[in-house]
Amino acid sequence: MIELDYTLRTVALGAAVLGLSSGSLGAFAVLRGQSLLGDAISHAALPGVALAFLLTASKAPLVLVVGAGLAGWVGTLCVSAIVERSRVPYDAALGIVLSVFFGLGMVLLTYIQAQPDASQAGLDTFLFGQAAALVGRDVVTMAVLGAVALVAMLVFWKEFKILLFDPDFAASQGFPVRALDVGLTTLLVVAIVIGLQTVGVVLMSALIVAPAAAARQWTDRLWGVVALAGLFGALSGAAGALLSSATARIPTGPTIVLVATAVVGVSLLLAPGRGLVAAWALGIRNRRVLRVAGTLEDLYTLALAHEDVHYPHPAATLQTMTARPEAVGPTLDRLQKQGLVEPRDDAWALTPRGLAEARRLARTRADEHDPAHLGVEVEGPTP
Amino acid sequence: MTPQLEIQLIASVTAAACALVGAFLVLRKTALLSDAISHAILPGIVLAFFHTENLNSPLLLVAAAVTGVLTVGAIEALGRTRLVKQDAAIALVFPALFSIGVVLISRYASGVHLDIDAVLLGDPAFSWIQRFEVGGWDLGPQSLWLMGTVLVLVAAFVGLFYKELKISTFDAALAGALGLAPAAVHYALMTLVSVVAVGAFDVVGSILVVGLMIAPPAAAWLLTDRLPVLLGLSVALGVASAVSGYWMARLFDVSIAGAMAVMAGVLFALCFAFAPHRGLVAQARRRARQRVAFAERMLLVHLLHHEHTPEADRECRVSHLQEHLHWAPALASRAVRAAERGGAVRRSGDRLALTDDGRTAAQRAMVG
Repeated sequence: MIELDYTLRTVALGAAVLGLSSGSLGAFAVLRGQSLLGDAISHAALPGVALAFLLTASKAPLVLVVGAGLAGWVGTLCVSAIVERSRVPYDAALGIVLSVFFGLGMVLLTYIQAQPDASQAGLDTFLFGQAAALVGRDVVTMAVLGAVALVAMLVFWKEFKILLFDPDFAASQGFPVRALDVGLTTLLVVAIVIGLQTVGVVLMSALIVAPAAAARQWTDRLWGVVALAGLFGALSGAAGALLSSATARIPTGPTIVLVATAVVGVSLLLAPGRGLVAAWALGIRNRRVLRVAGTLEDLYTLALAHEDVHYPHPAATLQTMTARPEAVGPTLDRLQKQGLVEPRDDAWALTPRGLAEARRLARTRADEHDPAHLGVEVEGPTP
Repeated sequence: MTPQLEIQLIASVTAAACALVGAFLVLRKTALLSDAISHAILPGIVLAFFHTENLNSPLLLVAAAVTGVLTVGAIEALGRTRLVKQDAAIALVFPALFSIGVVLISRYASGVHLDIDAVLLGDPAFSWIQRFEVGGWDLGPQSLWLMGTVLVLVAAFVGLFYKELKISTFDAALAGALGLAPAAVHYALMTLVSVVAVGAFDVVGSILVVGLMIAPPAAAWLLTDRLPVLLGLSVALGVASAVSGYWMARLFDVSIAGAMAVMAGVLFALCFAFAPHRGLVAQARRRARQRVAFAERMLLVHLLHHEHTPEADRECRVSHLQEHLHWAPALASRAVRAAERGGAVRRSGDRLALTDDGRTAAQRAMVG
């Protein structure tokens, strides 16, 4: 029981560390429009794992992670070389690197398997990840690498920020844009290799993108996005690890990814301001305000045709003047509550306040459409 | 037929189908939708498999096609909210769907012939074992029939809708204006990508499908500007990757699917380096030629400048050029040789003199 708790704690801690680093560093990648670079890097890391093992005959986490990192890094260099030196577009270059490197990884893994003296056992956990296999020393490696990457991110915060928002300006100010770009990509590589053993090359890219996409909905500030993405990542990692251990036969990597996806879903729906629910509510309110103003103006237009600006008109007349006749009734009720119209002889009339409001609306509209704001006084029609 | 030949045939047919749909993905700059689709169809395949318990059932193709189209629809809907960028939308949708597929497999399908390794990695080595038999007659491997049908389907689609595909690929706005329904073409293409992906995952796995869809067409695009040639070259490069990959795998006793992807990468790298006009070598040679041509013009202008001046004797010496024009010796001698060959310069000892032609060329260089 104590053993189990220890294992569980190790796994959850490892997943949280991985979520923290991939979330916060992934934020930069996502904001730079490089969401799919993570996918390519994580697949490209596989042959590095196999080569590191072939060359050193060691399965120490640091050795394999360094191999993965170098291969992932070479992968990004290949992507930029292809994009800069040919007309092959960015996404095709990512796809080529992704699957060719992965294919090379498969070739090397099967080659290792065929060697009589070497067992590849443990290496293929990098394919799908195997959180349950994490031990204390893996988590220590992950934490140390993650801490180094995060500290580097904070040290170069200003430079990365200016690279992110205005690379041309950064270059004109003498910032080494190219080196910063490589540096930021290197940190992304580090964040990815940290997670390979836990969620595997196939799903790692989700942990780069999902926390950042979720965090982006809640704030417009860079430090806010990075911090929230780190928090979301850590929570998804820990929660996913705990969930998968609590349920029989549910692998950890996919569970973490699904938790992170759920966080994205909630953020897309509920984030104030940007969220879909907020946008939907705003749309309804805007339409209602427009309808209220429209009905008021229609009533005013009708009233102008009479000696008495408070002359009542039936709702049916108003209904002929709008695209949504069924909304006229509720809108009139709303206007009555606001004291802008009043019922009189089965019809509706503007109150004095309603008349003032309608004139104000008409003037505003005239200002919008006419050259009135150029100094020409627009006289509202007077009774 | 020997299994060896059958495996190569299956792999070739698969690679050809992948390359044919992939060419349009690459040209439309939607290459990574192949990555998204090939992963995201997993839950569809798993559910259809639970229903039929047969990995070669046509229902799997249908389920995959539906799931693939839904995936593309979901990615586009997510992108349209403008809350995330298009590439982030891809990276959000397919891992989630893939995860659902993996969870379904690990929870409900342990012990049957559908494990994650098979889906992801595939293995042509076993693709010939399941036979297609009618009335006791062995008509060949099931995979060959399946992928052959898929290839015919893809080829028929490309043939029938060639004009629509071509116009909507290169000018979607024009296609819309002509009433060619680019959206319908887009979704039809994505349906085909899904069908090819599910047909191929048994053979090469979902990740290497991406390579066979993207690398051969991308390589072909470096070789030609003409669509029919590009389609042909894509298929040829795909088949070449399959066959050479098979033999590489035999030679080193490694994964055939992996070796096919590696060979697709090698062929792409060769085209990237050596393609006429667009390859790295051609680019470098063109740049070197332009550098020498420019240096030659500079030389002529320099000589013209100092012609009949008191210091001409000193300025018009080859040894002096390096110092005066800051040229590396190699560039200086190449420029001089180019000028001599073109008859613009005469050389006596170390002293250079413009010919009439050279004088005209120098004057023209200064004006234009």
